[in-house]
Amino acid sequence: MFDPYFLLALLEGTVTAAILALTAVGLSLVFGVMRVVNVAHGEFLMLGAVVAWYVATFVPGPPLMTWAAALVIAPLVVGGVAALADRLVLRRLNYEAEGTIVATIGLMYILQQAVLTGFGPGARAVEPPFDWMIDTPWFGYSGYKLAVVGLAALVLGAVWLFMTRSRAGLVMRATQIDRDMARAFGINVDRVYALVFALGAGLAALAAVLLVPVQQAHYLMGHDPMLMAFTVVIIGGLGSVRGTLIAALLIGLSDGVISFYWSPLLAKILATLFVALVLVFRPQGLFGERA
Amino acid sequence: MNRALALHLIVVAALAAGIFLLPVYHATNLARIMVLAVFAMGYNLAFGYTGLLSLGHAMFFAAGMYAAGLGITLGGWPAGLALLAGPLAGGALALAAGALALRTAGVSFMIVTLMLAQAGYLTILYYTPITRGEEGFVLAQGLRRIGAFDLSQDLNRGLFALGLFTAGLLLSLALVRARFGRIMVAMRENEERSRMLGYNPFTVKLAVMGISGAYAGAAGAAYALLFGSVGASFGAIAFSILPLLWVLLGGAGTTLGPLLGAGLMFYLTDIASSYTSAHQFVVGAALLVLVLFAPRGILGALRERGLKWLP
Amino acid sequence: MSQSVIHRRSLLAGLAAGGAALALPARFASAQSAAPIKLGFQLHRTGIGAAYGRWYERTAQAALKRLNDAGGINGRPVEILFEDDGTDPKRGSEVVEKLATQAKCDLIFGPLFSHVVIGSAPRAGELKIPYLVCSEGFHVASGALNRWAMQPGISDVRAQCTSVAPFVTQNLGKKVTLIFPDYAFGHDHRDYFSAAVKAQGGEVVGMVAIPPSETSFTRYFPRIPRETEVIYHVMIGPAVLTFVKELGQFYGKRARPEIFGFIDSLEAVDLNSPGLEFLEGTHFWEGHCRNLQADATEHEKAYRAAVGVDDNGASVSDARDVSTYGHMFSVWETLSVIRQGMEAAGYQGVADRQKFVEAVEAMTGWEESADHPQGRKVFNGRTHQVFAEQAISRVEGGKLIRVHKTAIEDSFYPDAVDYTTQSF
Repeated sequence: MFDPYFLLALLEGTVTAAILALTAVGLSLVFGVMRVVNVAHGEFLMLGAVVAWYVATFVPGPPLMTWAAALVIAPLVVGGVAALADRLVLRRLNYEAEGTIVATIGLMYILQQAVLTGFGPGARAVEPPFDWMIDTPWFGYSGYKLAVVGLAALVLGAVWLFMTRSRAGLVMRATQIDRDMARAFGINVDRVYALVFALGAGLAALAAVLLVPVQQAHYLMGHDPMLMAFTVVIIGGLGSVRGTLIAALLIGLSDGVISFYWSPLLAKILATLFVALVLVFRPQGLFGERA
Repeated sequence: MNRALALHLIVVAALAAGIFLLPVYHATNLARIMVLAVFAMGYNLAFGYTGLLSLGHAMFFAAGMYAAGLGITLGGWPAGLALLAGPLAGGALALAAGALALRTAGVSFMIVTLMLAQAGYLTILYYTPITRGEEGFVLAQGLRRIGAFDLSQDLNRGLFALGLFTAGLLLSLALVRARFGRIMVAMRENEERSRMLGYNPFTVKLAVMGISGAYAGAAGAAYALLFGSVGASFGAIAFSILPLLWVLLGGAGTTLGPLLGAGLMFYLTDIASSYTSAHQFVVGAALLVLVLFAPRGILGALRERGLKWLP
Repeated sequence: MSQSVIHRRSLLAGLAAGGAALALPARFASAQSAAPIKLGFQLHRTGIGAAYGRWYERTAQAALKRLNDAGGINGRPVEILFEDDGTDPKRGSEVVEKLATQAKCDLIFGPLFSHVVIGSAPRAGELKIPYLVCSEGFHVASGALNRWAMQPGISDVRAQCTSVAPFVTQNLGKKVTLIFPDYAFGHDHRDYFSAAVKAQGGEVVGMVAIPPSETSFTRYFPRIPRETEVIYHVMIGPAVLTFVKELGQFYGKRARPEIFGFIDSLEAVDLNSPGLEFLEGTHFWEGHCRNLQADATEHEKAYRAAVGVDDNGASVSDARDVSTYGHMFSVWETLSVIRQGMEAAGYQGVADRQKFVEAVEAMTGWEESADHPQGRKVFNGRTHQVFAEQAISRVEGGKLIRVHKTAIEDSFYPDAVDYTTQSF
């Protein structure tokens, strides 16, 4: 029996998965290569959304133009901020796990305060680049939301190509596998780390530009995506783009479909426990290699 | 050997003096800090000594808080019984969570504890008709007394917090200096080697989780009874990250680090917010400076620079 | 560290507002003590409530300036110390401590979020300091707090839901579906509005509870039954805008039920944000009308100008900075009640705190006035709760136009507590 609303649940699950994958891919890179827990990753996402709002508001032109401009500007700005943080703080800590947690918590406070002071505490909307609505007999759906699924696939594909086919990607993977060995082969590990950190933040900002027309810019919006992105990365298996994608689909769809059948809050509890249990029975993640 | 014990007794004496001598504002702050330090000490046993980086300890704090709070409001328990229920609830939940989460290690352990705690937080909201959800509930002043000992009186509150803190501190000192403490550190440093020496890592870590959860639960119950309210925000993710931050600031794997970290973070926020409305800048910058100069926390840095005997 | 140093900045802020008054000491000559009265303000400057906090602070500053320009309280100048609680109950309780025992404020007012109120009120009660909340929560009047906690500035959620139900059932439809957050704030709406709808002969045909920290909502909308005639929605938090946008997308161009929302869903959000066009023709509850109405009183206009809000409810200096107009009047009016209470009690210092509470308990209400620009109020001294007229507005041309004003009596319900019988 065809239930149009089950279709809607699947659709929403897919969009959720795309959003999760987008927010997670930058973190996957940083965490995979550098093995540092970047608590401020969600704040890079938030910063990207805020930059997108400024671009949409102050750059003249139709939404499609400003959206395209934000796609370039936001990753550059946010990547720059991240490179600065790397240069001034993380490198001096030698990326030591514990120090990095404290440092990125500090960074989180600073970024949130900066946006609160400058941008303000309100929620602000950004127009989607095109105003296309899908109308079924049962429900309407934003065409841009569907476009996000395609864009997410593009971004993930590009990252995968970059990591597997480009020289820079090769160097990053070499550093990931054995930092000391990479250094012995003359790789400037410090520069690789700075690049990876900036690239991860830039990807978060890129994700934010794609997301913000679906959601809104708000100074606290980074918190929940950060937790979910982190979960997706671990479930997928460290450093595996494919794993990240599949984990995002698993979590996005299970959340969407479980909440179709149960009371939403109970569904959330079940979905959360389900994620925990996946890891309990497969601690290295779905596509990770056993450490 | 007894330099360490002497230092701890001096710290306890100084805290006691603080309760009696400080102006009421700082004396109450001290009581809060000591209760939070108990939470952090429990966290430190798991993370600092045994290397278990949990992101779910808020769940154990909340377990103690709700066991005590609901015990009083629904069960009609006396305050003394409610306070005992705290560490039992926190410890039991930590054993259950540990039995699952300890099948994993490292980052997966972080995520499993995070997810379990998130499920716990949502469960509090799910039972809103009983817990009043995010809003929480108040424990009436008249119910917060053990016999004639009224926990809502300033001096009594300070003394109770001091007693709880002292018990927690001395217990953790005894624990880390005992044979079991060396096994804990061995788990952190080299799990394989300790396995070859005949210890079962799972059992040892599970025991540590139980103790750590009991500390958190005791702190949660004490917080509810000393300050008179129960709320879901104490079970939220942010409240799991705080003890990690306190421990790292004060010095992971040092017995006094949790107190130092909790106190430092309290006054950092308190003083910064008196000077500027953008106080998170100050707190954030202070964290960056601290971590640059003392990446192993304050007591960790002192231990590296001469005070090798710090436990 | 001395208090004068610690509070330098907040003090300066308060003094600057009252600066004109301080320059004219003769005006305060009648006072027995020239020392200023210090009011503590528990402010959501950071955290989830920051959008409200920013406007609560501006409203408090404006009300303070007016108060000092008119001679302060009992001939003494007044200052306000603002302290951030991070919209967090733990910090909230610490802030009460700080304002009461370190800054030695005469009383504390200002918090909005219910969980902060619940976390802070016990300490205020222990310290025996009046704690006046601007929260709209049903916690003061439910009897959960203590004799020192009062809500004289804004009506509570129970009263709000109860009073709007007749309009909804008579004008919009009898079959109602509720969409609300799945925790205490939402449950209060669910329970009290459902009861009121049934009392009006209506029927609640669906309840859609949204889990906390949800960022997308479309998948919950199929839970709205087809027979629904009116959707009643109330949401709070950073994702409110997404919620309303997605509701619009879900119905698209097809026929939709009538929509009645609480302005909480869109406080501090521009009604003309992209994606909100579908709100045209829908209705909102407002505590106070965001857009300047054709029949606005002189007091309303003066209040709006004093706080710095334009005719559309945004800041006069930045049209994108939309206020929390539906709630923030409570700060202004609470300060008015504080002045009246302190004058009635002959308030001299902290020893008179109890007299202040008793003086406020003895009050029965206020007429629409410069002190109470939102409108007439009835105050119930036994439950420490005020009752007010509520506005129901319709979105027309991107503006909220009031179409109905509820009678105060529509919002009454049986007393759940009598604080005056409790000890101090």
